[in-house]
Amino acid sequence: MASLVKHEKNAMSGDEAVAYAAKQSDVDVVAAYPITPQTIIVEKFSEYVANGEVETEFVCVESEHSAMAACLSASVTGARAFTATASAGLALMHEMLFVTSGCRAPVVMAVVNRALSAPLNIHCDHSDSMAQRDSGWIQLYAENAQEAYDSIIQAFRIAEDLDVLLPVMVGLDGFTLSHTLENVETLPDDAVKKFVGTRRLPNVLTHEGKTVPFKLDPDNPMTMGPIALQNYYFEFKRQQEEAMKNALTVIQQVNDEFAELSGRKYGNGLVDAYCLDDAEIAAVCLGSTAGTMKTIVDELRQEGVKAGLLRLRTFRPLSVEEIRSALESVKAIAVMDKSMSFGGYGGAVFHEVRHALYEANAQPFVVNYIYGLGGRDTSPRELRGIYEDLQRILQTKRVENPIQYLGLRE
Amino acid sequence: MKEIVEFRWHGRGGQGAWTASELLARTALHEGKYIQSFPEFGPERMGAPVTAFTRISTKPIRIHCAVYEPDVVVVLDPTLLKTVPVASGLRDDCVIVVNSADEVAKVRENLKTKKGHLWTIPATEIALKILGMPITNTALLGTVARATGIVALESVEKIVKERFRLDIAEKNFAVIKEAYQEAKKE
Repeated sequence: MASLVKHEKNAMSGDEAVAYAAKQSDVDVVAAYPITPQTIIVEKFSEYVANGEVETEFVCVESEHSAMAACLSASVTGARAFTATASAGLALMHEMLFVTSGCRAPVVMAVVNRALSAPLNIHCDHSDSMAQRDSGWIQLYAENAQEAYDSIIQAFRIAEDLDVLLPVMVGLDGFTLSHTLENVETLPDDAVKKFVGTRRLPNVLTHEGKTVPFKLDPDNPMTMGPIALQNYYFEFKRQQEEAMKNALTVIQQVNDEFAELSGRKYGNGLVDAYCLDDAEIAAVCLGSTAGTMKTIVDELRQEGVKAGLLRLRTFRPLSVEEIRSALESVKAIAVMDKSMSFGGYGGAVFHEVRHALYEANAQPFVVNYIYGLGGRDTSPRELRGIYEDLQRILQTKRVENPIQYLGLRE
Repeated sequence: MKEIVEFRWHGRGGQGAWTASELLARTALHEGKYIQSFPEFGPERMGAPVTAFTRISTKPIRIHCAVYEPDVVVVLDPTLLKTVPVASGLRDDCVIVVNSADEVAKVRENLKTKKGHLWTIPATEIALKILGMPITNTALLGTVARATGIVALESVEKIVKERFRLDIAEKNFAVIKEAYQEAKKE
């Protein structure tokens, strides 16, 4: 592609890549509280501020609840706001996450996925962000440090699109991505600045009948997030759902546009389908596991096994149509979850994917693997075992145990 | 070169196993390769056994998990041979680099495996002589460069000089050079 901009080749950890992307995205306000394994993001960004490399207002808050409150407040004045957190920090934000999405504030947040206590654990699983899946935030999950960088840049465009106006969280696996040094190609500052652009605001009608930009402004006072009881609350929620539907289109457009700039593309932005065209068995997963799974699919393909992988790059909104069509030919599917849904039937990703397939033309076998909780490493050999199980299911036409725990001592 | 070469570093907290892993990765990146460098994300305490990993590849690296069957194993501290299963997952054609002043045959005996091509270097002695501290990571980096040929010594020099303050960089590169020259093959 002739229009591709020049890249700088760096070695960066996922956290550094995120901080660098935020630096280049012309952020007005960062309010954050450090928590492992997100700390490097906040440290790096405060270095940029201290060195005068950015004009961002950095607010040192006393908790994550306040971090989100400050980002929300900045965002409703028309500013671009960014934060990052993990685990207990995200849990502490819970209340403010709903306020932020309800106020339609396009805040962008990196969530460095980490297990929740108790017992205390600082390592990766998806319990933190899965517990927030109904908070009205868009959720993207990165496969590697490069995608974490690219997704933060894209997230501002998605969040601030006037058909969306929803906050976006970008998940990256704690330590596995946040602290691993990898190749990251960064774009020039001006290219990112141009791609992200300046934040646009929708126009609204004031009580005096004036048309003004939708922001807190002393010259045009307005109330945001006011009380709405039985009379209007429901309509607000319905509009948020409509915005999520619009996001399905916008995420794809932004993914395409970013590919024209950088040459990098993440499936269609919603799902990343790998060797699925003629696949008979396939796994579905999120995040960094997908890379390891792709190497296993390659091995199996060389052996003549029709294996594939579907990575959900976007988990909210859920792309039901894309999931269904990507898995159309597949006869046995393993859905992988890095979190528990206690008392539910399998993990959250399993619920969603199996649900999406309910109206599929041919009903495939769909089984669940819960794995890697609290950062437990899953070896390629164990992951390959998933495909071997699927082959067995296809041969016997029988599922013995639909919900399995991979790499667990029992 | 194999498409992807995987390294496992065994050290003790404070000896700089992850730094060595990182320096090797940065050197390979400088030579146009794809890299990964990460520690085993466990509790890290001064003196406790730690593990770090490096991957170097001619193609983008997609895999994201620990190294189970390394191509190269590096042991920064000779006392680890008796306490940590450093030979785990080794194949016949792998390279093992051990910090030890002992005869190669003795090191082989302590390894408890016949697999792999063994290299030794008295890294603690070299580090004490030049740095005045028993920090063995850069000595092992020099030995790894020699034993594997995966990166050029000049590239290592460039990266070490970027990473450390000049006087420290020069001392460390002296360590690397001596370790590169003095490495002994079984």
